[in-house]
Amino acid sequence: MSTDVLEGLASIFPSDRLLIRAEQLAAYESDALTAFHETPVAVVIPENEDEVIRVVRFCHKHNLPFVARGSGTSLSGGSLPVRGGIVVALNRMNRILNIDPDLRVAVVEPGVVNTQVSQAAASHGLHYSPDPSSQTICTIGGNVAFNSGGAHCLKYGMTSNHVLGLRAVLASGEIVEWGSSSRENVGPDWCGLFTGNEGLFGIVLQITLQLLPRPEYYYTVLAGYASLELAGNAVSAIIGSGLLPGAIEIMDALALEAAKASVHAEYPPGCEAVLIVELEGPREVVSIDCDRLSAILEKSQAIEIRPARDAVERLAIWKGRKNAFSAVGRLSPDFIVQDGVVPRRFLGEALRRVGEMSRKAGLRCANVFHAGDGNLHPLVLFDGGEPGMLERAEALAGEILRMCVQMGGSITGEHGIGMEKREFLGEMFTAEEIDCFQRLRAAFDPLGIANPGKMFPGADAPALKHRGLHPLEKSGQISRE
Amino acid sequence: MKDSLAPASIPELVDAVRSFERLLPVGGETKPRLCAVNATKLSMLKLRGTLEYEPSEFTFTARAGTPLAEVVQTLAACGQYLPFDPVFVDSGGTLGGAVASNLNGPGRLRFGGIRDFILGARFVEGSGRLLGAGGKVVKNAAGFDLPKFFVGSVGRFGVLTELTFKVFPAAAGTLTLKLAAKDMAAAARILIEAARSRWEPDALEIPAGDCSVLLRLAGPSAAIEQIAADILSRFPGEKLNSADADRAWSNIREFHWTHSTGPLVKVPVTPLSFPDLLKALEPVDRLRVHISGGGNAAYVSMPSAEQFPLFNKALAGLSLPGVSLRGEVPAWVGKQPRAQIADAVKRALDPQNRFPSLDE
Repeated sequence: MSTDVLEGLASIFPSDRLLIRAEQLAAYESDALTAFHETPVAVVIPENEDEVIRVVRFCHKHNLPFVARGSGTSLSGGSLPVRGGIVVALNRMNRILNIDPDLRVAVVEPGVVNTQVSQAAASHGLHYSPDPSSQTICTIGGNVAFNSGGAHCLKYGMTSNHVLGLRAVLASGEIVEWGSSSRENVGPDWCGLFTGNEGLFGIVLQITLQLLPRPEYYYTVLAGYASLELAGNAVSAIIGSGLLPGAIEIMDALALEAAKASVHAEYPPGCEAVLIVELEGPREVVSIDCDRLSAILEKSQAIEIRPARDAVERLAIWKGRKNAFSAVGRLSPDFIVQDGVVPRRFLGEALRRVGEMSRKAGLRCANVFHAGDGNLHPLVLFDGGEPGMLERAEALAGEILRMCVQMGGSITGEHGIGMEKREFLGEMFTAEEIDCFQRLRAAFDPLGIANPGKMFPGADAPALKHRGLHPLEKSGQISRE
Repeated sequence: MKDSLAPASIPELVDAVRSFERLLPVGGETKPRLCAVNATKLSMLKLRGTLEYEPSEFTFTARAGTPLAEVVQTLAACGQYLPFDPVFVDSGGTLGGAVASNLNGPGRLRFGGIRDFILGARFVEGSGRLLGAGGKVVKNAAGFDLPKFFVGSVGRFGVLTELTFKVFPAAAGTLTLKLAAKDMAAAARILIEAARSRWEPDALEIPAGDCSVLLRLAGPSAAIEQIAADILSRFPGEKLNSADADRAWSNIREFHWTHSTGPLVKVPVTPLSFPDLLKALEPVDRLRVHISGGGNAAYVSMPSAEQFPLFNKALAGLSLPGVSLRGEVPAWVGKQPRAQIADAVKRALDPQNRFPSLDE
């Protein structure tokens, strides 16, 4: 890095918030897509909006690439540093500025952790709906950049559906303020366009989030099946009945084995698949809907049906589900998680084909998925210590994504394209469509300095190598979905 | 430029975009102010029809010129609906027009507005290329979210040709309560409390005329009867019989409550800010104001453009934005900051300015 640039950054940040030594930078060289790594030239740690704005304008002036980063939990390599660029670490911008129970909004800085929003709103009987599995660590800034999802998207939508307003500094240096506390808006939906930009438009400084009333009553039921197909048929029957559950999740045998080993989850013996369905709402509604659901499940050839009898049992069901991915880490030295979406009616076929493809590739594959919205998360298990295995696992993951597109689905339901899937963007969009995205990107970032090399195919690739699991994953604090 | 075009196929539409210098796509023209721009009108009415509908997927794809009435009917036949609760349904509004104008009905309270249900769009950009963005599945995070950007962009960035939505199963029953409030402040408190409550109301509106609140419940009939009793033990009010309820909701959906002529303006507000707006509008003669979406939108109807200057002043004084749907008044009123990025995005999608700018 030139002395000019270093001096410029030092004029914005004191030395304890401007990291340049190799041992300081090491912690930032990768995110949750651990197969890739790249060392940034510096990491800056702003504590307020003004510092973020100044550093982005500095980057614009000096044509210096930057990557915004929260907790580094991106599974698509979205917060991977870029060669010759800096990382803007936003974790210290972690204030909840306002919770307004009457307007049902929270105004937060980008470094606020997802679950902290719901915690802060809980005393008002409100919560923040999007619940990615890394929610105890991932930040709202990252959720906004990647339009994160979770288990409740079919009914309540993704991050984008809960962003009412935002202030951001664009890569051009312009400061924009869009939306408000109102659910209504006039003119183009700029918040909608900005959310999910994958860090290519700029850095969000402040976000106004919609809060929802916490449902009065939950009915969570776990059902075990002798086959994935039977579990899938139960999902079709539930959807076909006109019920709208808050969550419908399926775990396969390998995922169940992992959850048992990791969080001592206990499942009906002999089942090859487990279905989790959650209804929520006013008690009068749930009590009627749960009778309908029970009638459907009783006819679904389940080995056992276990409704959660209280909040403790409900949390235990979710704990097994949300830890399934990190748990799979105990079964295998390494794994790749995919995030494809297929139309729900093809779920059974998709799972069968994933099984065939993985057998052919000689790799084990665990399946945990948001069955209600067709969002598959196949986990390809491999040992990166064996030469060529990472490449084989990646090839299988790629085949799975292509299958999702062929079925009319998507290459990403909630993780984003990032570094990982950029070569697959062309599977879903035509060259002309990608060109249109490129023009949009250039409108926000004429110099191409905001998170360059992500989302679009054909850019320089950073080093790809076997790195093993993320330390937070090994400790079970974050998981890959 | 008085010509009018009505392409009957996508190639004809593409050809029209390539050959006319200045175009504005229009549907049923139920929001005439948004169509009153100096440009050749490109009628989308011949580009209609459902393209894909698989009820088990909760997704629906139709051409932009499809009448909302047809969409509502198609979905209802399979027990489903558009949860943003479209307006101008019986009056000839189209799916594309609903997206371009970002008008939501009372039901937007429960699950969100058009922006929350649009999944994908195909569109013809200014250079005449037919492109797609978003997807056809209920969950998708690939590429920039142009479909959301088109919501409220009033045909200024491209011509929508095909739209995909998430749809939901319709509730088994609905029930409407009319809750009494002594003034607007009290009505606002009802909106706030009910929206935060365990009851999960489907709609909360304050129709023009007095301060009473219309609260709609949707769900299994036995359950909503019990919830209604709980609500009526908290707030004074009455249950409407189904004929009165249908009339009230259709009056709101079709904007029958407005003056037959004169400006109609949508103003985004909050349950805390709309009482101030109503107070500021008190000096303006003969206004009718409907509060929608649990207090998140005010629709203001004026008998003629004469009242507009005073209305506009009140809006500016409260730093509120607005968009005019009818009347010979400016399309954008009140506070309308335009970021430089808006021009840059316009140049990216419509470099030759085939479509009017937002400010025309």
